[in-house]
Amino acid sequence: MSVWRLIPFLAAILVLAPIGVIISSLLAPAGDIWQHLIATSLPLLLHNTFWLACGVIAGTAILGTSLAWITAVYDFPGRGFFSWALLLPMAMPAYVTAFVALGLFDFTGPIQTTLRNTLDSDLSWFPEIRNRMGVIIVMSLAFYPYVYLLARNAFLTQGKRSLEVAQSLGLNRIQGFFRVALPMARPWIAGGLMLVLMETLADFGTVAIFNYNTFTTAIYKAWFNMFSLQAASQLASLLIIVVFIVIVIEQRLRLRMRYAETKVSGRAQRIQLIGWQNVFAIGFIICILTLAFVLPVAQLALWSIEAFSQDFDSARYLGFLSHSVLLSSLAAVLICSVVTLMIYSVRRYPDIATRNAVRIATIGYALPGTVLAIGVYVPLTWLDGKLSTGLAHWFQIEIGPIVQGTIALMLIAYLIRFMAVSHYAIDSAMRRITTSIDEAAMSLGLNGWSIIGRVHIPILKSGLFTAMTLVFVDVMKEMPITLMTRPFGWDTLAVRIYEMTSEGQWEQAAIPALTLVLAGLIPIFLFMRQTE
Amino acid sequence: MNRFIFALFCFFIWPVASAQAQEVVVYSARIEQLIKPMFDAFTKETGIKVKYTTDNEGALLAKLEAEGKNTPADMLITSDAGNLWAAAQAGLLKPIKSSVLTHNIPAHLRDPQNQWFGLSIRARTMVYNTKKVKPEELSSYESLADPKWKNRLCLRSSKKVYNQSLVAMMIAEHGEAKAEEIAKGWVANLATDPLSDDTKALEYVAAGKCDVTLVNTYYFGRLMKKEPNLPLAIFWPNQDKNGVHVNVSGAGITRYSRNEQAAIKLLEFLSSDKAQNLFADVNMEYPVNPAIDADPFVQSWGEFKQNPMNLIKAGELQTTAVKLMDRAGYQ
Repeated sequence: MSVWRLIPFLAAILVLAPIGVIISSLLAPAGDIWQHLIATSLPLLLHNTFWLACGVIAGTAILGTSLAWITAVYDFPGRGFFSWALLLPMAMPAYVTAFVALGLFDFTGPIQTTLRNTLDSDLSWFPEIRNRMGVIIVMSLAFYPYVYLLARNAFLTQGKRSLEVAQSLGLNRIQGFFRVALPMARPWIAGGLMLVLMETLADFGTVAIFNYNTFTTAIYKAWFNMFSLQAASQLASLLIIVVFIVIVIEQRLRLRMRYAETKVSGRAQRIQLIGWQNVFAIGFIICILTLAFVLPVAQLALWSIEAFSQDFDSARYLGFLSHSVLLSSLAAVLICSVVTLMIYSVRRYPDIATRNAVRIATIGYALPGTVLAIGVYVPLTWLDGKLSTGLAHWFQIEIGPIVQGTIALMLIAYLIRFMAVSHYAIDSAMRRITTSIDEAAMSLGLNGWSIIGRVHIPILKSGLFTAMTLVFVDVMKEMPITLMTRPFGWDTLAVRIYEMTSEGQWEQAAIPALTLVLAGLIPIFLFMRQTE
Repeated sequence: MNRFIFALFCFFIWPVASAQAQEVVVYSARIEQLIKPMFDAFTKETGIKVKYTTDNEGALLAKLEAEGKNTPADMLITSDAGNLWAAAQAGLLKPIKSSVLTHNIPAHLRDPQNQWFGLSIRARTMVYNTKKVKPEELSSYESLADPKWKNRLCLRSSKKVYNQSLVAMMIAEHGEAKAEEIAKGWVANLATDPLSDDTKALEYVAAGKCDVTLVNTYYFGRLMKKEPNLPLAIFWPNQDKNGVHVNVSGAGITRYSRNEQAAIKLLEFLSSDKAQNLFADVNMEYPVNPAIDADPFVQSWGEFKQNPMNLIKAGELQTTAVKLMDRAGYQ
């Protein structure tokens, strides 16, 4: 059983190792590429990354909070439908929203072209989309559900009540929102914003499509255009430092959320909207939903039909699809097994060291894929070299690379990044197994394995299923790790999308993108069924 | 390390596939559609199987480098001399003595040390909007830095190697200081931020956002096949000077290839008249082999004088060019 004891620590080491590899590159002497980056690009990268982060935080805060408030506190026709429909954009990977937005609104896109032809003007007043504002809008539309989900939870539990408190103090509704409800929900909103910030910092696909240079694209550029893995690692280490600061803030906030929770004693009555208020509320929701989900999906569908009717190679497409499905399934099983064992281990030995190990193991999701790709690639290829030398030395066997011919590299990177995704779902399922359940089972004559088989697994089943689904979809959408560490012939849907969008062939990227969106809908429907 | 544990460990992670005889493993940065037809033809002719993986060139080079002696790859195919040079520079390619190759491929389109060989030519040329520009207004790459083109120029992002090679060749021609001046002039003349791809640049010119752009010929071909009525035309620049900037997609044999003979056979096949047309025509490029004519559609764009400077310069000066474009603010 002592092996179990070690699992959380091994998982923590797995997360820390790539960080160590990357950070150690800072100790390496500054090459001339690095000096050039400091002189020319670094100020711009910091500037771009900073303003992008600020913009997306502002955008998601406004969208997420306002939508959460409207659907949590007020009543209007279609409220039930809209409140879950607003989660649908979660199924859209940001890079998909990005290329659809470019395809639609760009100077040569259908909207501007039609306008130019009908109005016969040069359309110089039309806002340019290929700029910082464009990236911010696209990412805000893709990421607001994180904030919406958490803020809505907070408002559902306290929104109405805080308004009553405010009214008793003689404040009107607007004052009540800003002075009572919003401050009370702040930890949740901030928690959502931290997730958004991590996604923004980690994003590679969206900024690459927009040619908006941030750290992730610079890491790529250093490696692929300047052929300097070292400069790429050095850039990655700066990004890790930024991410680390975000992690610290996020962990602090989480502690505050625990203290801010209030017990729900029955849902408060919602406030019925009247007349034009209904129009305004529904209009706002429909507008956001259209931009973030309906319009992109419709455009993808149109492009897919176009691509399908041209020269659609179904055999190749099935290849991408089966690779995506196989990889995501493998990753889901591997990650959920590791995480389940880890949680069991913490149950049995709930000491500080073990709990901290789990905490470290679950910060992997904050590590950007570009950073992880380098951090896993470097040590594993080194190990590979050592292994084959060892084989040749001891057994006189000459074989090719071992880890690299397999998908081990990719799976390890996924494991590091997505342990956190499954942790929450499995952990909350595990909390339902109280010690009294175990005691009751033992008093009925069950022991060790049979308790697990006959009592635990049935209780854990739905939590495990949810966790696997979440991991499955996340791995399917993941782009940089897959792109940089996949072995021979393991092209996935996400890789295909990257290849096609980097050449501006939006139509060719549509079918794989639509597939990802459909897969992304599964966890949303699961979530919906659970909450109903 | 304990021998027994080591053996056990190796048993568990035994690789699924080990290379068999008579097959060539290719790492290709050229997408599948552009290589598969040639490989099929080669297998049909020789019985040698070709396995391939496609990826972007940076990832492939990193992979080759990390795999070192153990690489399964026998051949690297990639577009742009800059990438081929980088692979040779990293010691990933092997010099090949082959009279077939030296006969089929002109000297300036292959490595002087025979580590890589161009297989198809693409010219990076000017395309202009026929409604807004008269061809006599155009002359050279350098002249696009002239203020008279202010707000009339569109360019693809500097991230793509095509522009890096073009600037690298300009550095070779004029020296760094003058090349930087030209790049700064281009940036000052941009009508819109640099674009993601050549096709977009062409569409922008056609839609009137800008008047002229620089693209690879096959992008022009693809777009005109789709929409023949667009007001676009090719202008061959620098005809009274050093000629049009050309580049290649090409290949080299990996240093640690295990099927070297079969791989050389494949490379020679790709430079021969049987494959040259196929290799160039699938992508509307020009064959490197002077004995072979380009596709009639490609020929319809007219004859041009190509820059005879050896493409190795594009590689040698690539990092210099990337840095120069950074300094010039060319995104």
